Amino acid sequence: MTDETTATADDAEAPEVDEVNEHQLAVLTDSLGDALVASHVAKGALIVRVTREAWATAHEIARERLGARFFDFLSAIDWMPSPWGRYEDATVDVGLIRPDPANAEIVTGYAGGDTRFQVFSRLVNVRRHTAVVLKVDVPDDDLSVPTITHVYAGANWHERECWEMYGIAFPGHPSLRHLYLPGGFEGHPLRKDFPLLARLVKPWPGIVDVEPMPATAEGAESDTDGEGGDS
Amino acid sequence: MTAITERQQLAYAERTAAEVRVNVELETDEGMTLNIGPQHPATHGTLRIIAKLDGEQVVWADVAPGYMHRGYEKLVEVRTYPQVTTLVNRIDWLGSFANEVPFILAAEQLMEIEAPRRARHIRTILFEMARLANIVLFLGDLGVQLGAVTPAFYAFRDREHVLDQIEAVTGGRFHPNFDRIGGLKDDLPKGWIADTKAVMVRIRNFCDEIETLLFGNEIFETRTRGVGVVPADVALAYGMSGANLRASGVDWDLRRDGGITGLAHGDLDFKVWTHPDGDSFARCWVRLQETREATKMIDQLCDGLPGGPIMAKVPRIIKVPAGEAYVETENPLGAMGYYVVSKGDLGPFRVKIRSASFNNVSVVPWLLRGVYVPDIITILASLYFILGDIDR
Repeated sequence: MTDETTATADDAEAPEVDEVNEHQLAVLTDSLGDALVASHVAKGALIVRVTREAWATAHEIARERLGARFFDFLSAIDWMPSPWGRYEDATVDVGLIRPDPANAEIVTGYAGGDTRFQVFSRLVNVRRHTAVVLKVDVPDDDLSVPTITHVYAGANWHERECWEMYGIAFPGHPSLRHLYLPGGFEGHPLRKDFPLLARLVKPWPGIVDVEPMPATAEGAESDTDGEGGDS
Repeated sequence: MTAITERQQLAYAERTAAEVRVNVELETDEGMTLNIGPQHPATHGTLRIIAKLDGEQVVWADVAPGYMHRGYEKLVEVRTYPQVTTLVNRIDWLGSFANEVPFILAAEQLMEIEAPRRARHIRTILFEMARLANIVLFLGDLGVQLGAVTPAFYAFRDREHVLDQIEAVTGGRFHPNFDRIGGLKDDLPKGWIADTKAVMVRIRNFCDEIETLLFGNEIFETRTRGVGVVPADVALAYGMSGANLRASGVDWDLRRDGGITGLAHGDLDFKVWTHPDGDSFARCWVRLQETREATKMIDQLCDGLPGGPIMAKVPRIIKVPAGEAYVETENPLGAMGYYVVSKGDLGPFRVKIRSASFNNVSVVPWLLRGVYVPDIITILASLYFILGDIDR
């Protein structure tokens, strides 16, 4: 079931790179078969989503057949919208916001996704200057993804960081322990439902600056982000 | 330079080892556990290295970062796009401007905005200036790690001129916060180009000084040649980048190969230096050559600076369309990139910060196995990391 959602990029923009990426995609499709769930080619980037079972295999194939020997990074995305809200959207101090479960519709990015968490990695071929981003869905009831440390030794630290920040386990990892956080730390800070405590206990000082002036309540609002557009 | 006998060298090595021994925490039958840091001066900040020793040899080593973790990836999620540059300035604090560039380029890519040609050129000048400010200090600091104090003073003296030039444009010595989506905050001040070219001459002289002082020095050669060798395939598998990768013989430089349109490296004539050895000496040597190359690039950019505006037409309130973009540039410490996920809001939904030092240092546990205690310091110095760039 190769659900090809390939978005064709603007051909006039960079035809050469896209040709390269289409070729890379063809190689991956050929090797992975049904394990390749979806793909996305746009703006000179190739994003491929694979099944969890084929995660390590996909990396082996990327290294052997695409020549992507350079391990760039591995990380995760929590697609759930933050229940705590975004304070910068408010023009006045909104104070404590309670989580609102009704506002938790998950919208995933390029190459789609069915789960709240996705792990993604980027691999580069340094000879031909091509790159591929691999994504994998992580089901909520089993937050784990097979390790790729045997393919790319450098994934070791990235998986440790991902594990402590998102709580995603990597079975087969040589020593999955804390990298940044102290040993007894509770919670997974980069999850969207983990509150940024500094913001909850103290109002954002920037909000004081943009409080509407009594006379011009309308005009003062736009000064919040107008810094970049002064030309 | 007077020749140094082997005995003097041995005495020097012993003295260094004795200094390191002060940090020994516990001694057991299975050997000794040596704890370097988090406050050891050789670690460029608060990085802790735990090494198990057999005599003078390291049999196992581990790195414990995190003493400076500031959670930028979380903080970025509650900021608007223009506010992010202020934060990311602090990642690699010696080459601050270079941190802003990939994030701005990723946002520009999502918004489909292109900075005007003049802005791209000035951006590239400041980008390379950040490299000078960063690597000049490395070249000076390198001597300190080996017991030679003089180069550090030369480095601080000459780096100040680079910082003066950055300050003249941006108003900040360390944290310029100058790059904007669609261009730059301001144009160059009057007379800046002539001053900059004079500074470039000074930096080239500094490179010559360092080369004679340090690279021709016998102790330096003995302590770095053949020490801490990283083969090319290991460097690639660990994602080492920048001079560390090129010192292992991999000819990959994002300034030439990245196809980055928001910077003007494509218009320049420069050489990418590589070294086949992969040892500490190679890493230092490649950085020395890159410093020279960067001064030449700035000269070329100053000569061919195009006219025109420095800011593209950008909406007053910046909302970035939904999508994902990854832009990686060749920063002073290596490849640095931002994976920006936008949902069409004022601020990014998720930003993965790929910092160069994180990958560069993750090789240390592998690299330190089998080396001798005094070499730990030279290897760490030659890998060259900034703690803020590891911990983010």
